[in-house]
Amino acid sequence: MYKILERKDLAPSIKQFVIDAPLVAKKAQPGQFIILRIREGGERIPLTIADYDTQKGTITVVFQEVGKTTKELGTLKAGDHLADFVGPLGQAVQFENHKKVLGIGGGLGVAPLYPKLKMLHQKGVEVTSIIGAKSADLLIMENEIKAVSNKTYICTDDGSKGRHGFVTVVLKELLEKGEKYDEIIIIGPPILMKIGTEITKPYDIPTMVSLNPIMVDGTGMCGGCRVTVGGETKFACVDGPAFDGHKVDFDELMKRLQTYKSEEKTAIDKHEGGGCRCHQ
Amino acid sequence: MSSINRSKTKTPMPAQDPKKRSKNFDEVALGYTEEDAVNEARRCLNCKKPTCMEGCPVQVQIPRFIKHIAEKDFQSAINVIKETNSLPAVCGRVCPQEEQCEQKCILNKMGDSVGIGRLERFAADWERKQGIKAPKQTSQTNKKVAIIGSGPAGLTCAGDLVKLGYEVTVFEAFHEPGGVLIYGIPEFRLPKAIVKQEVEFIEKLGVQVKTDMVMGKVLTVDDVFQMGYDAVFIGTGAGLPKFMKIPGENYLGVYSANEFLTRINLMKAYSFPKTDTPVKVGKKVAVVGGGNVAMDSARCALRMGAEEVYIIYRRSEEEMPARKEESEHAKEEGIIFNFLTNPTRIIGDDKGWVKGIECIQMQLGEPDASGRRRPVPIEGSEFILDMDTVVIAIGTGPNPLLTKATEGLDLNKYGYIDTDENGKTSKEGVWAGGDIVTGSATVILAMGAGKKAAQSIHEYLQTK
Ligand SMILES: Cc1cc2nc3c(=O)[nH]c(=O)nc-3n(C[C@H](O)[C@H](O)[C@H](O)COP(=O)(O)OP(=O)(O)OC[C@H]3O[C@@H](n4cnc5c(N)ncnc54)[C@H](O)[C@@H]3O)c2cc1C
Ligand code: FES
Repeated sequence: MYKILERKDLAPSIKQFVIDAPLVAKKAQPGQFIILRIREGGERIPLTIADYDTQKGTITVVFQEVGKTTKELGTLKAGDHLADFVGPLGQAVQFENHKKVLGIGGGLGVAPLYPKLKMLHQKGVEVTSIIGAKSADLLIMENEIKAVSNKTYICTDDGSKGRHGFVTVVLKELLEKGEKYDEIIIIGPPILMKIGTEITKPYDIPTMVSLNPIMVDGTGMCGGCRVTVGGETKFACVDGPAFDGHKVDFDELMKRLQTYKSEEKTAIDKHEGGGCRCHQ
Repeated sequence: MSSINRSKTKTPMPAQDPKKRSKNFDEVALGYTEEDAVNEARRCLNCKKPTCMEGCPVQVQIPRFIKHIAEKDFQSAINVIKETNSLPAVCGRVCPQEEQCEQKCILNKMGDSVGIGRLERFAADWERKQGIKAPKQTSQTNKKVAIIGSGPAGLTCAGDLVKLGYEVTVFEAFHEPGGVLIYGIPEFRLPKAIVKQEVEFIEKLGVQVKTDMVMGKVLTVDDVFQMGYDAVFIGTGAGLPKFMKIPGENYLGVYSANEFLTRINLMKAYSFPKTDTPVKVGKKVAVVGGGNVAMDSARCALRMGAEEVYIIYRRSEEEMPARKEESEHAKEEGIIFNFLTNPTRIIGDDKGWVKGIECIQMQLGEPDASGRRRPVPIEGSEFILDMDTVVIAIGTGPNPLLTKATEGLDLNKYGYIDTDENGKTSKEGVWAGGDIVTGSATVILAMGAGKKAAQSIHEYLQTK
């Protein structure tokens, strides 16, 4: 059992948990993820490590309540326990001799972006960040990101905070202005990563993305997480989750993410409907 | 005293009706009654030189245990089996006896062999009904051994070492121990309650089982030594799924057998939405491959509600590696076999869902390295089968997750761990056994490897 030490509500549907997992924390590195299961009979879901504290033995994860499992997770409080918490999984990201990096996070993608920028910042790399969300209340980790960036741009789709529009609009402007980066990191919904990588491609700037396919084990034994990168099939859980964004087949990823759409609905209906029926 | 039963055929195994069982996940073979067992045991001639034992990878004292059954002394029967086999309820169900002990049985020349596997299962099930008592471990050595992986190899090695007085910890990547016995072999062939009980038994002996431990990630082998362990056994299996590398394999509705079976067996997708993990099984399902894994996938698909399930196998029925009993059961349940057929591409719709599989007809040519006749495609014989789901069960390879993270561990060219005949690896204090050494094999061979390694570790630690 793994204890939830702290719970913070970052936005109406976005929660942050600090979990007591000393062994995982000891090995965790930016770019890696964990897989958790709430209880017996529960689903195994991957969440990117948003922060870790080796000393305290804790891992921070951030999630948005979208499916049945994340909704159920959202009902847990500090002091509650998770049945399973497995990791650190996947490859850690490596940055060599970078001087200037641009980090872009959309929606929940800001969370996995943070440990990467933090590491770069600690290494003395000049960090520019663009973070965005649908609206101001859904924007997360603004202060954390600012603390590890030399400059931060904020965007919202509805204009309720910062620039009115997508993060990719700012990206385009920066590149058109002639800004140069050793690498650009884009993390967010697949469509954002797809559009973002299409923008950076003509400038020939290495662009890293972090993928979020459906997973089961997270150890390379099922192949459910397969993605096509540079024409080859890769298992995101062991070969990634970070990949060269210019090589990723995002259309395939987006389709594969729809696999259990109807089952997700059944599960949520049962979860929410079931909850009401017991009181009747 | 019991008299000889001269029947030329095995006492039939009671089984669930095929029509009924193809809709449920309950065990197919129901097991002998006491009367069936005694009857069958009385067929054994108790040969002076029992050839059956030569066929058993762990040398179960077959005629001795069968004699006890014939005499209705079931406790003694199970005691004899357990002298050499720590997982009899499992082996009695899934061992390929027809290629091992039963093949060597003298009665084979005149009719059916003795139903050795069925008797082994009977004895183990009988004991379970009485409630198994774990013997107290007395000896203590204050030395520690770490076992990585909790499949039959790891569990056997752990059980033997704890009995020898070592402090044993099993590190398992999944949330449940048992390896293939839990995530791969389905409930209707090997009830999970039995596997759980076997694991509980070794826990009662004093073995500590730690789940959620993806070794190589959370801890390396060197970390384990630093934590004070004196020896390590690696039994991580051959869990890396192979794909065919044909177009369309990433369409929605295409699964590796590992994923398909894990969702259903380990994650209990058959209870969805009561449990949370779903699996997609369409009306028409194709399973590619001809081994036990393919049979299990096909039979699971049927039980998940598929209307038509096809096995697509590139060789002929004769070369099919699946156990005879499993392919027979599959046929009875209505699985359709397409032999000498090989997929060439998977066809999808505009949303990315599978809608068919293109295959080519094969014919048998010259024998290949395995001694089986090599299937060669018949040019221009391609045809398309409409499908909603495709499961690829063409084999597995070694997962490099742990081996890559272990310095000084020699691998062969395929990525399996190199060992000597006792399971000792190139790395000091490290042994390995089971599928991670041999490639996908059998439960009993994995157990045999775990046993040998335990003995070798014992010898090593005595001199340390
Ligand atoms: C569907 C299916 C049906 C089969 N049917 C039969 C049958 O009828 N009869 C028969 O004799 N054989 C059968 N087999 C083969 C048999 O199950 C295997 O040969 C046997 O289980 C191998 O045992 P093992 O202990 O080597 O490995 P496994 O059973 O594969 O166990 C390995 C364990 O190690 C764990 N592990 C892997 N990597 C790590 C890591 N890095 N850290 C920690 N833990 C790790 C895995 O999660 C797993 O629990 C079947 C196999 C399958 C897949
Ligand atoms: S999640 Fe199973 S292989 Fe990646």
